[in-house]
Amino acid sequence: MPQILAPGTKAPDFTLPVTADQKLSLSELRGQPVVLAFYPADWSPVCGDQMAFYNEILPEFQKHKAELMGISVDGVWCHAAFAEARHLHFPLLADFEPKGAVAKKYGVYRENDGITERALFVIDKNGTIAWSYCSPIAVNPGADGILQALEALPK
Amino acid sequence: MSELKIPAGTGDHIQGDPQAPITLVEYGDYECPHCGAAYPIVKRVQKHFGKRMRFVFRNFPLVQAHPNAQSAAEAAEFAAAQGKFWEMHDAIYEHQQELSMDFLLRLGEKLGLEGRALAKALKDEAFAEKVRADFLGGVRSGVNGTPTFFINGHRHDGPFDYGDLVDGIEEASG
Repeated sequence: MPQILAPGTKAPDFTLPVTADQKLSLSELRGQPVVLAFYPADWSPVCGDQMAFYNEILPEFQKHKAELMGISVDGVWCHAAFAEARHLHFPLLADFEPKGAVAKKYGVYRENDGITERALFVIDKNGTIAWSYCSPIAVNPGADGILQALEALPK
Repeated sequence: MSELKIPAGTGDHIQGDPQAPITLVEYGDYECPHCGAAYPIVKRVQKHFGKRMRFVFRNFPLVQAHPNAQSAAEAAEFAAAQGKFWEMHDAIYEHQQELSMDFLLRLGEKLGLEGRALAKALKDEAFAEKVRADFLGGVRSGVNGTPTFFINGHRHDGPFDYGDLVDGIEEASG
């Protein structure tokens, strides 16, 4: 079983689609903290949904000038429909082709299931992983760990 | 893993014996259907444990998902300031399908609260800060959706059917 990348590791750069005609690279966000939230799939049940939950906490992340990005193996059209239905105000990245390539680099791909782990990374403004956490797949990890990690970043 | 960061105390709405050995805390949203489903379950759990348990309700409105959740939470806090929190809390959950601004104002009058004062409090967001404080405390404690329950300070993960909650409470309280 691959190991989730640990704090102190340089966050592997990637370029992934955010919409059908738009791509985003991690390196473009250098200079500000990034919260990278891998999740198994769009369309899990409503009120306990992790992405919809983070959407509610967004102002707290923004206090730290942190950019939140969700990432799963779903394609851009699936993400678009999901984001619209849940009124999400942050980007969802499609780790779709080659499937799970970015998740593999971060050590959070579940080969047998073809989905990513429910895993969180806080990346500092220099692109180094400051905190990482892999949650049991069925448990929404909430946001307390992310906020603590953001607070612990050097100013 | 996740622990309640703010213990039940004076700022809280508490039902039951203050000395009870078991404390059940719910972070809830008045418009969330899962919280609506949990409402009668919590009542049964309270009845089951009687004097052994106290119940605390804290606000966790998911405002992006539920347009009336914030107003409902503020209305319940307004009622609380006049000693009618649980009347308002219960009435909203018992008529959750009807939840709207108009419904809240009518409910306020029915409970003997001054309708215009409630409308003004909502307009002035007089209780918004209290609701926000509950919300932020919840985020800190690892609330991960609604409802989230804490049993003697520990987050209850998994389903919250009657049996699950009773088992979780029995386990936590030995």
